[in-house]
Amino acid sequence: MAVRVDTSDFDVSEEMARLTAQDTGIGGIAIFVGKVRDHASGQDLASMTLEHYPGMTEAELERIETEARKRFKLSASLIVHRVGTLKPGDNIVLVIACAPHRQDAIAASEFLMDYLKTRAPFWKKEALTNGEAHWVDARESDAGAAAAWHHKQTER
Amino acid sequence: MTKDAKGPEVTLRYFAWLREKTGTSEERMVLPPEVTTVSDLLRWQATRGHPFDIAFTKTETIRVALDHAHAKSGAPLAGVREIAFFPPVTGG
Repeated sequence: MAVRVDTSDFDVSEEMARLTAQDTGIGGIAIFVGKVRDHASGQDLASMTLEHYPGMTEAELERIETEARKRFKLSASLIVHRVGTLKPGDNIVLVIACAPHRQDAIAASEFLMDYLKTRAPFWKKEALTNGEAHWVDARESDAGAAAAWHHKQTER
Repeated sequence: MTKDAKGPEVTLRYFAWLREKTGTSEERMVLPPEVTTVSDLLRWQATRGHPFDIAFTKTETIRVALDHAHAKSGAPLAGVREIAFFPPVTGG
């Protein structure tokens, strides 16, 4: 289990190899990579700057991982999130979930992303090619996805 | 600095558009004794004058963390050392 906030890029296969090297009990790996799109609400994007809250970010990502371990049978997991100014096509976030079985790996990666998007203290500011810049608004659908997991837990 | 009967100093931190609107990323201060919960603090921020009055008009769009953990509006501030203000998060 590991979390990392980084200004530099990540190499997916390198991270996966490192995460799985010690554990031959792993039967499935789910990987999610989030990238910077070249458009934002119909406008061309020049760059995106990610700000975060050092100290709380790491604490919150660790809480999210701990919660994932409680809900799913995980062998290993990794969250890497980039900060700073990124260009269209750049990687933003990497989530890897390793489990003995496929269902746990896939569900855990989705859970980690849903919680990260609504709880980890990152903020995106988009700069458009027309010179305008604005902070990205939080999406209702993201809050809904995280809330659905919360209900799943309380139903048990 | 004399503290008399005042409470302890806390660190206030601001992120994203709250940092930009307040022109402040971090400050240290002793909060007024009547400010005991997160919602008290949000109301008090709006009374501090420019530019805090503008930054803290729509408090429903502001989230608060106490010592690196998300906090609800009724959460008490007693014993807290660091308080952060920020908009809903947009990472991932």
